[in-house]
Amino acid sequence: MTAKISYADVEVGTELPAQSFPVTRATLVRYAGASGDFNPIHWNEKFAKEVGLPDVIAHGMFTMAEAIRVVTDWTGDPGAVVEYGVRFTKPVVVPNDDRGAVIEVSGKVAAKLDDNTVRVDLTATNDGRKVLGMARAVVRLA
Amino acid sequence: MALDQSFVGRSYPPTEPYEVGREKIREFAEAVGDTNPAYTDAEAAKALGHPDVIAPPTFVFAITFKAAGQVIQDPQLGLDYSRVVHGDQKFAYRRPVRAGDRLTVTSTIESIKSMAGNEVLDIRGEVHDEAGEHVVTAWTKLVARAAEEA
Repeated sequence: MTAKISYADVEVGTELPAQSFPVTRATLVRYAGASGDFNPIHWNEKFAKEVGLPDVIAHGMFTMAEAIRVVTDWTGDPGAVVEYGVRFTKPVVVPNDDRGAVIEVSGKVAAKLDDNTVRVDLTATNDGRKVLGMARAVVRLA
Repeated sequence: MALDQSFVGRSYPPTEPYEVGREKIREFAEAVGDTNPAYTDAEAAKALGHPDVIAPPTFVFAITFKAAGQVIQDPQLGLDYSRVVHGDQKFAYRRPVRAGDRLTVTSTIESIKSMAGNEVLDIRGEVHDEAGEHVVTAWTKLVARAAEEA
Protein backbone atom coordinates (compact mmCIF):
# COMPACT_ATOMS: atom_id res chain seq x y z
CA MET A 1 0.00 0.00 0.00
CA THR A 2 1.75 3.08 -1.20
CA ALA A 3 -0.02 6.38 -0.75
CA LYS A 4 1.67 9.22 -2.63
CA ILE A 5 1.11 11.68 0.20
CA SER A 6 3.37 11.62 3.23
CA TYR A 7 1.96 11.74 6.75
CA ALA A 8 4.63 14.24 7.68
CA ASP A 9 3.49 16.62 4.92
CA VAL A 10 -0.08 17.07 6.12
CA GLU A 11 -1.50 18.86 9.11
CA VAL A 12 -4.96 19.30 10.56
CA GLY A 13 -6.76 21.62 8.16
CA THR A 14 -4.88 20.51 5.04
CA GLU A 15 -7.40 20.73 2.18
CA LEU A 16 -7.68 18.05 -0.48
CA PRO A 17 -8.29 19.15 -4.09
CA ALA A 18 -12.07 19.58 -4.50
CA GLN A 19 -13.84 17.91 -7.41
CA SER A 20 -17.18 18.07 -9.25
CA PHE A 21 -18.90 14.89 -10.40
CA PRO A 22 -21.66 15.09 -13.01
CA VAL A 23 -24.52 12.58 -12.90
CA THR A 24 -27.13 12.08 -15.62
CA ARG A 25 -29.86 9.49 -16.16
CA ALA A 26 -27.39 7.56 -18.31
CA THR A 27 -24.91 7.53 -15.41
CA LEU A 28 -27.58 6.05 -13.14
CA VAL A 29 -28.45 3.30 -15.61
CA ARG A 30 -24.78 2.33 -15.85
CA TYR A 31 -24.39 2.43 -12.08
CA ALA A 32 -27.51 0.30 -11.61
CA GLY A 33 -26.05 -2.34 -13.90
CA ALA A 34 -22.61 -2.26 -12.34
CA SER A 35 -23.86 -2.36 -8.75
CA GLY A 36 -26.88 -4.61 -9.20
CA ASP A 37 -29.18 -2.05 -7.55
CA PHE A 38 -32.15 -1.79 -9.91
CA ASN A 39 -34.51 0.02 -7.53
CA PRO A 40 -36.82 1.95 -9.94
CA ILE A 41 -36.53 5.16 -7.90
CA HIS A 42 -33.16 5.50 -9.67
CA TRP A 43 -34.44 5.29 -13.25
CA ASN A 44 -38.25 5.41 -13.42
CA GLU A 45 -39.66 8.91 -13.02
CA LYS A 46 -43.26 7.75 -12.71
CA PHE A 47 -42.38 5.30 -9.95
CA ALA A 48 -40.20 7.84 -8.12
CA LYS A 49 -43.04 10.38 -8.05
CA GLU A 50 -45.56 7.78 -6.92
CA VAL A 51 -43.47 7.09 -3.82
CA GLY A 52 -43.26 10.81 -3.03
CA LEU A 53 -39.91 11.80 -4.53
CA PRO A 54 -39.61 14.97 -6.63
CA ASP A 55 -38.03 12.99 -9.50
CA VAL A 56 -35.53 10.19 -10.11
CA ILE A 57 -32.75 10.30 -7.50
CA ALA A 58 -29.15 9.07 -7.62
CA HIS A 59 -28.24 5.96 -5.63
CA GLY A 60 -26.86 7.03 -2.25
CA MET A 61 -24.08 4.53 -2.89
CA PHE A 62 -23.25 6.32 -6.15
CA THR A 63 -22.77 9.58 -4.24
CA MET A 64 -20.70 7.72 -1.64
CA ALA A 65 -18.55 6.22 -4.43
CA GLU A 66 -17.90 9.65 -5.96
CA ALA A 67 -17.14 11.38 -2.66
CA ILE A 68 -14.30 8.99 -1.72
CA ARG A 69 -12.58 9.80 -5.03
CA VAL A 70 -11.43 13.08 -3.50
CA VAL A 71 -9.46 10.90 -1.07
CA THR A 72 -8.33 8.13 -3.45
CA ASP A 73 -7.22 10.60 -6.14
CA TRP A 74 -5.23 12.45 -3.46
CA THR A 75 -3.51 9.38 -2.02
CA GLY A 76 -3.03 7.66 -5.38
CA ASP A 77 -3.61 4.24 -3.82
CA PRO A 78 -7.30 3.47 -3.18
CA GLY A 79 -6.10 0.59 -1.00
CA ALA A 80 -4.90 3.14 1.54
CA VAL A 81 -8.48 3.71 2.74
CA VAL A 82 -8.88 2.11 6.17
CA GLU A 83 -12.39 3.29 7.06
CA TYR A 84 -15.14 5.12 5.22
CA GLY A 85 -18.62 6.04 6.39
CA VAL A 86 -21.44 8.40 5.43
CA ARG A 87 -24.99 9.32 6.37
CA PHE A 88 -27.44 9.83 3.51
CA THR A 89 -29.12 13.11 4.41
CA LYS A 90 -30.64 14.47 1.17
CA PRO A 91 -31.23 12.80 -2.19
CA VAL A 92 -29.49 14.00 -5.34
CA VAL A 93 -32.35 14.66 -7.77
CA VAL A 94 -31.37 13.91 -11.37
CA PRO A 95 -33.56 15.65 -13.97
CA ASN A 96 -34.09 14.09 -17.38
CA ASP A 97 -32.07 16.61 -19.40
CA ASP A 98 -28.59 16.91 -20.87
CA ARG A 99 -27.15 18.50 -17.77
CA GLY A 100 -28.40 16.16 -15.05
CA ALA A 101 -27.03 17.01 -11.61
CA VAL A 102 -23.59 17.82 -10.20
CA ILE A 103 -22.15 16.55 -6.92
CA GLU A 104 -19.47 18.87 -5.48
CA VAL A 105 -17.05 17.26 -3.05
CA SER A 106 -14.35 18.79 -0.87
CA GLY A 107 -12.33 17.32 1.94
CA LYS A 108 -9.93 18.34 4.65
CA VAL A 109 -7.73 16.61 7.16
CA ALA A 110 -9.63 16.73 10.45
CA ALA A 111 -7.25 14.74 12.66
CA LYS A 112 -3.87 13.05 12.59
CA LEU A 113 -4.18 9.59 14.08
CA ASP A 114 -1.78 6.79 14.99
CA ASP A 115 0.05 4.52 12.59
CA ASN A 116 0.43 7.15 9.81
CA THR A 117 -3.33 7.48 9.41
CA VAL A 118 -5.38 10.66 9.13
CA ARG A 119 -9.10 11.31 9.28
CA VAL A 120 -10.48 13.23 6.32
CA ASP A 121 -13.87 14.91 6.64
CA LEU A 122 -15.74 15.20 3.35
CA THR A 123 -18.41 17.65 2.29
CA ALA A 124 -20.69 16.67 -0.60
CA THR A 125 -23.26 19.12 -1.95
CA ASN A 126 -25.73 19.30 -4.80
CA ASP A 127 -27.21 22.71 -5.69
CA GLY A 128 -25.63 24.06 -2.53
CA ARG A 129 -27.34 21.55 -0.23
CA LYS A 130 -25.41 18.96 1.76
CA VAL A 131 -26.27 15.47 0.53
CA LEU A 132 -24.02 13.47 2.89
CA GLY A 133 -23.64 13.85 6.65
CA MET A 134 -20.79 12.59 8.83
CA ALA A 135 -18.84 11.73 5.68
CA ARG A 136 -15.49 10.62 7.03
CA ALA A 137 -12.62 8.49 5.84
CA VAL A 138 -9.54 7.24 7.63
CA VAL A 139 -6.63 6.80 5.26
CA ARG A 140 -3.08 5.52 5.73
CA LEU A 141 -0.40 7.81 4.32
CA ALA A 142 3.19 7.11 3.41
CA MET B 1 -45.74 -2.52 14.03
CA ALA B 2 -42.48 -2.55 15.98
CA LEU B 3 -39.95 -5.17 14.93
CA ASP B 4 -39.23 -8.00 17.35
CA GLN B 5 -36.28 -7.04 19.60
CA SER B 6 -35.38 -10.70 20.03
CA PHE B 7 -33.79 -10.55 16.56
CA VAL B 8 -30.99 -8.29 17.89
CA GLY B 9 -27.75 -10.25 17.83
CA ARG B 10 -29.03 -12.81 15.36
CA SER B 11 -26.50 -13.95 12.76
CA TYR B 12 -27.39 -15.54 9.45
CA PRO B 13 -25.40 -18.34 7.78
CA PRO B 14 -22.45 -17.24 5.60
CA THR B 15 -23.36 -16.64 1.96
CA GLU B 16 -22.06 -18.76 -0.91
CA PRO B 17 -18.72 -17.34 -2.15
CA TYR B 18 -18.88 -14.36 -4.52
CA GLU B 19 -15.97 -14.46 -6.97
CA VAL B 20 -14.67 -10.96 -7.72
CA GLY B 21 -13.96 -10.61 -11.45
CA ARG B 22 -11.59 -8.17 -13.16
CA GLU B 23 -14.23 -7.15 -15.66
CA LYS B 24 -16.80 -6.56 -12.93
CA ILE B 25 -14.35 -4.24 -11.17
CA ARG B 26 -13.69 -2.45 -14.48
CA GLU B 27 -17.43 -2.09 -15.11
CA PHE B 28 -17.93 -0.60 -11.64
CA ALA B 29 -14.98 1.81 -11.98
CA GLU B 30 -16.28 2.98 -15.37
CA ALA B 31 -19.79 3.43 -13.96
CA VAL B 32 -18.48 5.85 -11.33
CA GLY B 33 -16.11 7.47 -13.84
CA ASP B 34 -13.00 6.52 -11.88
CA THR B 35 -9.91 6.11 -14.04
CA ASN B 36 -7.45 5.11 -11.28
CA PRO B 37 -5.29 2.44 -12.99
CA ALA B 38 -5.22 0.31 -9.81
CA TYR B 39 -8.72 -0.85 -10.82
CA THR B 40 -7.90 -1.95 -14.35
CA ASP B 41 -4.15 -2.44 -14.77
CA ALA B 42 -2.56 -5.29 -12.79
CA GLU B 43 0.91 -3.79 -13.22
CA ALA B 44 -0.23 -0.45 -11.81
CA ALA B 45 -1.87 -2.26 -8.89
CA LYS B 46 1.33 -4.25 -8.27
CA ALA B 47 3.36 -1.06 -8.27
CA LEU B 48 1.22 0.02 -5.31
CA GLY B 49 1.91 -3.27 -3.52
CA HIS B 50 -1.25 -5.19 -4.42
CA PRO B 51 -1.14 -8.71 -5.91
CA ASP B 52 -3.77 -7.89 -8.56
CA VAL B 53 -6.23 -5.17 -9.54
CA ILE B 54 -8.24 -3.90 -6.59
CA ALA B 55 -11.86 -2.78 -6.37
CA PRO B 56 -13.03 0.76 -5.54
CA PRO B 57 -13.80 1.14 -1.82
CA THR B 58 -17.60 0.98 -2.15
CA PHE B 59 -17.64 -1.93 -4.63
CA VAL B 60 -18.12 -4.46 -1.83
CA PHE B 61 -21.53 -3.00 -0.98
CA ALA B 62 -23.04 -4.90 -3.91
CA ILE B 63 -21.97 -8.11 -2.15
CA THR B 64 -22.84 -7.15 1.42
CA PHE B 65 -26.21 -5.66 0.49
CA LYS B 66 -27.18 -8.80 -1.39
CA ALA B 67 -26.20 -10.76 1.71
CA ALA B 68 -28.29 -8.42 3.87
CA GLY B 69 -31.24 -9.65 1.82
CA GLN B 70 -31.27 -12.65 4.14
CA VAL B 71 -32.25 -10.26 6.93
CA ILE B 72 -34.45 -7.95 4.88
CA GLN B 73 -36.46 -10.83 3.44
CA ASP B 74 -36.62 -12.89 6.63
CA PRO B 75 -40.38 -13.45 6.88
CA GLN B 76 -40.11 -13.87 10.65
CA LEU B 77 -38.58 -10.40 11.00
CA GLY B 78 -41.33 -8.90 8.84
CA LEU B 79 -39.62 -5.76 7.57
CA ASP B 80 -41.75 -3.79 5.06
CA TYR B 81 -39.06 -3.29 2.44
CA SER B 82 -41.23 -1.02 0.28
CA ARG B 83 -40.83 1.61 3.03
CA VAL B 84 -37.09 1.18 3.55
CA VAL B 85 -34.48 3.84 2.84
CA HIS B 86 -30.72 3.57 3.25
CA GLY B 87 -29.75 5.72 6.24
CA ASP B 88 -26.03 5.25 6.85
CA GLN B 89 -23.23 3.17 5.41
CA LYS B 90 -19.80 2.50 6.83
CA PHE B 91 -16.90 0.23 5.92
CA ALA B 92 -13.78 -0.81 7.82
CA TYR B 93 -11.17 -2.38 5.56
CA ARG B 94 -8.51 -4.89 6.57
CA ARG B 95 -7.33 -4.84 2.96
CA PRO B 96 -8.89 -3.84 -0.38
CA VAL B 97 -11.10 -6.30 -2.25
CA ARG B 98 -9.22 -7.61 -5.29
CA ALA B 99 -9.77 -9.63 -8.44
CA GLY B 100 -9.91 -13.34 -7.76
CA ASP B 101 -11.22 -12.98 -4.21
CA ARG B 102 -13.92 -15.47 -3.28
CA LEU B 103 -15.84 -13.63 -0.59
CA THR B 104 -18.43 -14.83 1.87
CA VAL B 105 -20.57 -12.54 4.03
CA THR B 106 -21.95 -13.22 7.48
CA SER B 107 -24.76 -10.81 8.35
CA THR B 108 -25.73 -9.97 11.93
CA ILE B 109 -28.53 -7.73 13.21
CA GLU B 110 -26.72 -5.28 15.51
CA SER B 111 -29.69 -3.25 16.67
CA ILE B 112 -33.36 -2.55 16.13
CA LYS B 113 -34.75 0.79 17.27
CA SER B 114 -38.09 2.51 16.96
CA MET B 115 -37.75 6.27 16.46
CA ALA B 116 -40.77 8.47 15.84
CA GLY B 117 -42.64 5.53 14.38
CA ASN B 118 -39.74 4.60 12.09
CA GLU B 119 -38.00 1.25 12.46
CA VAL B 120 -34.21 1.57 12.35
CA LEU B 121 -32.28 -1.60 11.62
CA ASP B 122 -28.48 -1.89 11.83
CA ILE B 123 -26.94 -4.80 9.96
CA ARG B 124 -23.25 -5.73 10.16
CA GLY B 125 -21.75 -7.74 7.31
CA GLU B 126 -18.40 -9.46 7.95
CA VAL B 127 -16.62 -10.26 4.71
CA HIS B 128 -14.02 -13.04 4.62
CA ASP B 129 -11.92 -14.46 1.82
CA GLU B 130 -11.47 -18.09 0.86
CA ALA B 131 -8.65 -18.54 3.39
CA GLY B 132 -10.99 -17.33 6.12
CA GLU B 133 -9.16 -14.02 6.52
CA HIS B 134 -11.19 -10.94 7.32
CA VAL B 135 -11.30 -8.46 4.41
CA VAL B 136 -13.85 -5.77 5.29
CA THR B 137 -16.75 -5.11 7.63
CA ALA B 138 -19.80 -3.24 6.31
CA TRP B 139 -22.37 -1.55 8.57
CA THR B 140 -25.68 -0.74 6.88
CA LYS B 141 -28.43 1.28 8.56
CA LEU B 142 -31.88 0.80 7.06
CA VAL B 143 -34.83 2.97 8.03
CA ALA B 144 -38.36 1.69 7.44
CA ARG B 145 -40.51 4.79 7.43
CA ALA B 146 -43.71 4.73 9.44
CA ALA B 147 -46.77 3.77 7.41
CA GLU B 148 -49.22 6.61 6.90
CA GLU B 149 -52.49 6.42 8.77
CA ALA B 150 -55.12 4.79 6.58
